[in-house]
This record gives sequence, structure tokens and C-alpha cells, in this order.
Amino acid sequence: MCYAAPAKIIKIDGDSAKVDYGGLIKIINVSLIDNPCLGDFVLIHAGFAIEKLDRKSAKESLAIIKRELKRLGMDEKKS
Amino acid sequence: MKKNLDAGSEPEKESERESLVEHLAEIKIIAKSIKRNVTLMEICGGHTNIIMKYGIRDLLPDNIRLISGPGCPVCVSSQKDIDCMIELAHQGIPIATYGDMLRVPGSRYSLDDARARYGKVFEIYSASDVLKLKEKYPDIVFFGIGFETTAPMTAFLLKNKVVVYSVHKLVPPAIRLLANDPTIKIDGFIAPGHVSTIIGRKAYDKIRIPQVITGFTPERVIRGIRLLLELIRDKKAVALNGYPESVREDGNVIAQKMLKEHFKISDSEWRGLGNLPLSGLEVKDDSLNAKKVYSDILKKVPEPKKTACRCGEVLKGLIEPVKCPLYRKLCSPENPVGACMVSEEGSCAISYRYGI
Repeated sequence: MCYAAPAKIIKIDGDSAKVDYGGLIKIINVSLIDNPCLGDFVLIHAGFAIEKLDRKSAKESLAIIKRELKRLGMDEKKS
Repeated sequence: MKKNLDAGSEPEKESERESLVEHLAEIKIIAKSIKRNVTLMEICGGHTNIIMKYGIRDLLPDNIRLISGPGCPVCVSSQKDIDCMIELAHQGIPIATYGDMLRVPGSRYSLDDARARYGKVFEIYSASDVLKLKEKYPDIVFFGIGFETTAPMTAFLLKNKVVVYSVHKLVPPAIRLLANDPTIKIDGFIAPGHVSTIIGRKAYDKIRIPQVITGFTPERVIRGIRLLLELIRDKKAVALNGYPESVREDGNVIAQKMLKEHFKISDSEWRGLGNLPLSGLEVKDDSLNAKKVYSDILKKVPEPKKTACRCGEVLKGLIEPVKCPLYRKLCSPENPVGACMVSEEGSCAISYRYGI
């Protein structure tokens, strides 16, 4: 599906980055965005960051994702 | 008009519900002022899913018709291209593909069947997974499917010397063709969200028809419809960005540069739309183009036979899935006849999912 999800960059290693989807941590590719930095919020589709997001709108989306992950027991930080 | 463009969306929020109610009320007023019948089309499987899931068509006034267009890249891939990839798998060449292509029926069988027979067909979630597979299978071929959203990821693989069979397609040429089609008479388009993240709002300026780039919540889609109807009422053939938190005026310039570096624009065969000039992306480097590297194998793939499947007409918005004689009788997600029933973004699969 053409959906994409917001996440926060928490570690960068070359083209790869560890991102936090509000509780779910994944490794993604950041080679398609300009100057990815720690703490940046990015829009991710099929394992690639395709755009940087402004903090306010990203945080709102992440709050919803975090709540849903917690409800489903998929919050990695909790475990 | 509210300028609230929150990325998050939750139907339970009071402000979202208020927005929805306001937009629908305004749509009613605008539709009445336009008077005549109006046809809108969405070009994104994600939008089709939202529209069907929330019954948005039923919320619109009687003179506003909303139809689904070719928003599913798996669905618009030609049967010949699918048969070619299956032939490569049949010949024992390792193939990597996104999951939704696995079950699309080929003229003989699907990639999933080829996986069962020959083993070397790999489902990947992200194109970057292919690099790990390449360590074990140096001659792996990646099936490059998708519009402008996923094409840059395939470009990343080409940069890393992976051989690619590209069926990537470009959305604006398809919109232009459909906008000029006298048999469908579309008045405006709900433009795709994440394709637009890559190409930018201004990529739509050259198509002189009302368009609104929209996000992926019911409120966003309904707001997009309202904006589109305002443009139609005011006779403004412009493209609006209704998803500014994810779409910039110029788009993702780095991704666009990757596309220019590794692809050339070519004519492309679209299921349902035919051969569209300059509507596809072909691999630039012949040594990485599976169509060249394996031309001896691929030239023996016969032309596909016609079937009773009416995916082509569904993709163009000419008929609804229910009008296909195979829909729900011989064709279902468990036993698909055509690509539109296989892919999650396919109109037939979406209609089936929501009991239409």
C-alpha cells in the first residue's frame, strides 16, 4: 500500500539509521534524504526515509502509533 | 476554510469530527451551485482504500461521482512483463520482489508458484533487503515495481550494481491521458500522497485540470474532495497541495536526482491504458537492465492470451469491479484471475475486502 509512517532517527550509520516509531524500533535506509540527523523526524515508506517531517505533525502521528503499539503489546521499550 | 493540516488523525477527536461535518456540509453547498454532474478520480490505492473503508462515495451528493483510477502499480504492470519475470524464475535466475507481486497470475503460473517449484524467488519488504540477498545470490534480479515513490529505492539498488527488471511507471502522464479521455470525462483528480512527496506539487502544474494532493485519513480525503469541488466551481485548473506536511513544492530533490542518474524515461505498457509515451522508467545501464542481460530468454516469452478479466476497464474507471463477470464468482483474493484482485491496492481487492 502507498502508506508511509513517521519515525524519529535515534542512531545513524552511513546509509542506515535506527528509528523509533513511537515504541517500535527498526533499521531503515536514509540515503534518499538530505543530511539526516539524530532527532530528525522522517517519513518512511518500504524501509526508506522519503522526506523529513516537521516536529509538530510528526509527534502527533507518533503519539497515536505509540498508543496503538502499547494497546497491542508491541511496545519494544516496555519489553 | 480551516488551515489545520495535522499529520495525525483520529476519528474520535472532536476537532476532526467537526472538520468532517463542516467539509461535508460545504461539499453539499458547492455541489448544488455547480448543478451539473461532476466526476472525480483518485489515483492512489491508499486513497481508494480509505474511500471504500469509510463509505465516502455514499456521503457525497448525487451529482458528484467518485471513481477509482490506475493507482495500483502491481495492477497496471502488463501481463507480458509479469510473464517475463516468471520466465526468469522458471529458468532458475534468483528473483527478489515486493510481496504483492507474488500471487499475480501469469499466463502459466505465478511467481509464488515459481517459488514453490524452483525456490529462488524472494519476497522483500524493502529494496535494501536485496543487498543482503545479493551476497548469497550475486546474479539476483530485482523486479522494480511502483510509481515514483518506490523508483528511487530501485535506483539505490542500481547504484549498488543490482540487475533490475523495471516496470516503474510515472503518474503525471497517466493523469494527463485520463484528463484528456473523452469517454470518461473527469473533472478533477485526487492526486497521490507519497508519489507527490517525491515529485513535488509543481510536477502537476503542466496538467491543466483541477488536482488536489491529499493525505491518508478520511478527514483529509473529504477535505481534498471539498477543495477539488471549489476549484471546479471556480474553473481553476490548478494543483493544490493538501498534504504540505509531507509534500514540498519541489518534492524530494535527492530522490529525483537518483532517478535521473539511473533511469531514462521511456514508453511503457500499462494494463488498461495501453502503451503510454514517456510514462515509464527504464534502466539506463544496459549491464544492469535484466531486459538486455536476459534478452535471449525473454524474447521467447509469447504474447499473453486475452482472458475474461476486465481489470483494464476497472483501472480506467470505466466499470466498477462488480461489473466484471468474474468478480466474486471465479475471481476472489483466494483465487485471483487478474492483478486488481491480488494487490492490496487493487480496486477489486479493496471492494471485495469491504463487501461491495
